[in-house]
Amino acid sequence: MKWNGWGYSDSRFLFNKKGQAEFTGKRYRLSGMIIPGLKDWMEGTFGASLQHKAPATPILNSTAVQPATINEAFVEEVKATTIPFSVEAEDRVFRAHGHCLHEIFALREGKIGRVPDMVVWPSCHSDVVKIVELASKHNVCLIPYGGGTSVSSALECPPEETRSIVSLDTSQMNRILWIDEKNLTAHVEAGIVGQDLERLLNESGYCTGHEPDSMEFSSLGGWVATRASGMKKNIYGNIEDLVVHVKMVTPRGVIEKSCQGPRMSTGPDVHHFIMGSEGTLGVVTEVTLKIRPMPEYQKYGSVVFPNFEQGVACLREVAKQVCAKSLSCFFWHALKPQVSSIFTSFLDGLKKFYITKFKGFDPNRLCVATLLFEGDREKVLQHEKQVYDIAAKFGGLAAGEDNGQRGYMLTFVIAYLRDLGMEYYVIGESFETSVPWDRVLDICRNVKARIIRECKDKGVQFPPLSTCRVTQTYDAGACVYFYFAFNYRGLSDPIHMFEQVEHAAREEILANGGSLSHHHGVGKLRKEWMRETVSDVGLGMLKSVKDYVDPNNIFGNRNLL
Amino acid sequence: MPSTYTSSGHEELDILEERRQSGDLSHALRTFSPQPYKEKPPCSASDLSKRTLESQYLQYVFKEIATESSLSMEEVKEDARLLLEEMSQNLQLGFIRLMGYTLSKVFKRLYTNIYVNMEGLNMLQQAIQESPVILMPTHRSYIDFLIISYVLFTYDIPVPVIAAGLPLAGMKLVGEILRRSGAFFIRRSIGSDKLYWAVLSEYVKTIVRTGFAPLEFFVEGLRSRTLKSVPPKLGMMHMVLEPYFKGEVFDITLVPISISYDRVLEESLLAHELLGIPKPKETTKGLFKATKVLQEDYGCMHVNFGQPLSVRELCQGKINRSQYNLTPRDLPKVLSPDVQACVIWLAHLIVRIQEEGSYISPWSLMACVLLQCPTSTLTERGMVWSELKDRTLWLKKLALRFGAHLRWPEQVSDQNVLLSMVALHHSIVAHKGDRVCLVREEVPIRKHRLSAEEEVNRTAVAMLMLASYRNQSLHIFLRPAMLATVIQVTKSTQRDELFTFFCFLKEILSNEFIFVPGKSTQDFEEACFLMKDCGAILFSPEEVTVTEAGQEVVSFLCAFIQPFIRSYQVMLDFLTEHEIKNISEKELHLAVRSFVIKLILSGELQTYEALSSDIQKNILSALRTLGVLTKFRGSKDNEYQVDKAAVKRINDILYGKLPPQLLHRTPYAKL
Repeated sequence: MKWNGWGYSDSRFLFNKKGQAEFTGKRYRLSGMIIPGLKDWMEGTFGASLQHKAPATPILNSTAVQPATINEAFVEEVKATTIPFSVEAEDRVFRAHGHCLHEIFALREGKIGRVPDMVVWPSCHSDVVKIVELASKHNVCLIPYGGGTSVSSALECPPEETRSIVSLDTSQMNRILWIDEKNLTAHVEAGIVGQDLERLLNESGYCTGHEPDSMEFSSLGGWVATRASGMKKNIYGNIEDLVVHVKMVTPRGVIEKSCQGPRMSTGPDVHHFIMGSEGTLGVVTEVTLKIRPMPEYQKYGSVVFPNFEQGVACLREVAKQVCAKSLSCFFWHALKPQVSSIFTSFLDGLKKFYITKFKGFDPNRLCVATLLFEGDREKVLQHEKQVYDIAAKFGGLAAGEDNGQRGYMLTFVIAYLRDLGMEYYVIGESFETSVPWDRVLDICRNVKARIIRECKDKGVQFPPLSTCRVTQTYDAGACVYFYFAFNYRGLSDPIHMFEQVEHAAREEILANGGSLSHHHGVGKLRKEWMRETVSDVGLGMLKSVKDYVDPNNIFGNRNLL
Repeated sequence: MPSTYTSSGHEELDILEERRQSGDLSHALRTFSPQPYKEKPPCSASDLSKRTLESQYLQYVFKEIATESSLSMEEVKEDARLLLEEMSQNLQLGFIRLMGYTLSKVFKRLYTNIYVNMEGLNMLQQAIQESPVILMPTHRSYIDFLIISYVLFTYDIPVPVIAAGLPLAGMKLVGEILRRSGAFFIRRSIGSDKLYWAVLSEYVKTIVRTGFAPLEFFVEGLRSRTLKSVPPKLGMMHMVLEPYFKGEVFDITLVPISISYDRVLEESLLAHELLGIPKPKETTKGLFKATKVLQEDYGCMHVNFGQPLSVRELCQGKINRSQYNLTPRDLPKVLSPDVQACVIWLAHLIVRIQEEGSYISPWSLMACVLLQCPTSTLTERGMVWSELKDRTLWLKKLALRFGAHLRWPEQVSDQNVLLSMVALHHSIVAHKGDRVCLVREEVPIRKHRLSAEEEVNRTAVAMLMLASYRNQSLHIFLRPAMLATVIQVTKSTQRDELFTFFCFLKEILSNEFIFVPGKSTQDFEEACFLMKDCGAILFSPEEVTVTEAGQEVVSFLCAFIQPFIRSYQVMLDFLTEHEIKNISEKELHLAVRSFVIKLILSGELQTYEALSSDIQKNILSALRTLGVLTKFRGSKDNEYQVDKAAVKRINDILYGKLPPQLLHRTPYAKL
């Protein structure tokens, strides 16, 4: 794993000696391939140039890391439990950040702020119980750490924290404890990473179907703690639909339900105090999840629409009808300025295809939806037909399975692209929201325009990339992703400026009826808006839960509230 | 006169110059390919009506109305369709060309030059591609209707759809031509007709949302009868802004446009109307009669396109846009206080910007000077030319000091400039020997002698015309003039005392002049600054004192605003002395008129403007907002209830007999 960028150390985009873009490694379908369009795209979209590099600090300089504040008594007692721990700079720095732009940017510059003073690796529920007891006893601050893929500054150590900060890394709690084939549930330790969970279940012929973009690295416990969402949620549901039972260790003790009834009317669901608690109340240790037999049949697909408006109208119609239930789709805005245009062949083919069929359409306004159908073969084929029929009513044309599959593959490599950008003075971020159907078009237009206007007002030389896509559909609305990136050459404090623009974009989202977050969570990045989001009383409710469960703020990451 | 005209560094181009040199037909048939609004593909006029009628908002309203009345949904919808048919424009390029051709002919006959600021036009061209644009011209003449379309057509900018009064639609042929030139028609008194309001507002909002074309409307609502700004109408303003408030568009651009005339086509008609002679119905026949008017020279015209204003920037921090998050945005809803306040503020701001952007001709300054000469002198011997000239030139300096956009021809001697003005306005003044006197309407031959009252009316027509031209420079002198009056009435030097009286005056005059709500301090300070800048006063944080040299300025300014103050005093006198129960508005005006005429005949009053129905109306509505006068709509007549003690108190303050006190105004009525 990289210490200052996304993903595996062997996988990255680079420009080879011939000046061609290439994706290294062997892990992905794209690995080892030359991507001819990427250079032009970087130059054309951002005005970036291969001559102007902004290289990262190659290795971590441990002298830049603050010495650890050690709580001796705590360390002594941890030693006695034989739970492994470390105070090495590298281990501590690795767990001091998520993947917000500002976090990665600082690491690339070799700047390191407050980091945990110690890392512990419990290997089971009872280890966690011990650690939480000891932390309470010695007043040590605990920050749970799962996959480290947070994009809400949730893992940042509060700089004002004076106690010893201990990062509780759940990665060793990664077993499937049992599978219940009668009820189709699995009981799993919370530290398991998405891809391992799916692989292990697949071996037994099952799956959860929960596939967030980060599933290669993010953990089950992290999903629960942030209310995660996966791209196949239309078929399998979001994390809150999948969870049957949760065990969480808090300074007050362990919280869990007494049975595994599929639904209960027993007052407010205590699971909802746990889901989305973002590590402020305790550590999720074990989860019982629904599982499903692996799908009999899978089929990719893609549809091209003459413009974004028609595409959204089609998605809305699909969401109204049952066929959405076996479909997951990603919907990309205009093709031209898109990241997907790095696949020139893909794009050019589509454009030609579309233009030959429909004359008079502006190729720059075209957009594409990628589709994935899962289930039994008959249903899939039936739903597929239904979806294409609806699409046709909105001017959508089926554009092939291959394109659909490529679209999915892209999901996993997009995060690597940002690292490439940063090598060449391009910084960027994505952020999401959820919004009622009737506001989707308005929010997309207004937020994109706001980003462009803010950049202009702040003197960004090159126009920014400001685009969006619809990634999830619901009965009453959709999840929308925004992408924002620009070339920062010539700006003295690009990160500050970037944050101002992102802040303005969030204000715009809220003013247009969008939510503070669909699934990324609040963390510390968005907590200034929590009060207006949940009302005074709502915030008070959350605070009083925190005060009861964790009066001494042992789980002191200061997220959310 | 030169074809380009440079004033304070801005280039003005005479658009008639080219028309005089090349054919009107080729101008009308030129390739017209403007850069439209980038966001949306164009839609047709019939699409627009269809979208309006099918909108979710109207479905809600139809249902409401059907529930309230005994009508079926279908019937309500049919009513709405008919309203829309009556209302909607049908913009067609062919008719724009026809209009272009005709107007080229007409304008060349009427005007010597039509100046347009190219900088403003360029900014507009840019703005039109970025977001929906609202063109907001001043309204002083019928000419205003088409001049903007004409200019935009000439410069390859999308031509607007224009909100017009319904009576225009009734004119044979002309109504249809206007409709096809982009006019849509609004009834004059909509009152509480819910369906009409809903259809109109949805139609307007659909135009804005789709960026169909720039939308032009007169924020003042009506053509100004007095050539001064009219308090803005808020309904249309709100309709236009709502798509931004609700996030349906990213931004809306407002472009205030100031159209200034050397001489207004309708000048004598306006004066007659103000004296209670009603306006003739707008008919095509009437229009042809008016062709006599077309034989005359009307001098220059100035179209000044203001800086495009971003509604988003203006409303920053004033509107909480998330207030629409919890209900469907299409649901008919009562306006929230922040939206109301913002609309009111913005409408007033636009009118103020229009004022700032308007051009003043030397004639307006001459009118100011002439009006300070006793009426009897003007009507009989006349004012001495050299005095008029000297005073006007003195005033020119002051006006420039106060930041006026003065259109004073260069390379022509002052003497000739002023002489040409007198010639242009031969309907009001005449040069006789070394004097200038007022021209009054000829006495019909069949009448041997006019009654005293008729004599007053005859003079009043000329005086009101003169006053109208003075009003063109009102906004330049208004604030300093109020300060001068405050100084004169209170005889105080204490700044806070002066400020209190200033605010009092502002409240009383708030229907007469345009003040941006909530800007009293700025208004006062602006007045102080201007007066100090021209050396008329000295001021410290506590004190304001008039300088020796400033006496002349102060007395000019007092006299400048005196007609208004006097008219108010007289009206207030009337209200304290008379019972006005069970009386129609018309009867009330008649009663006031005879009261005023008596005062004029007795020599007690020199202010003919007190006869203006406009001023009378303004006072009544000011008193209503102050809660001193209430109007009930009775069975047939209006019933007025006047708090005489309060009226007297206000009048005593105005006369300087009582110290000022803050007045409580009732909030603005619902939009």
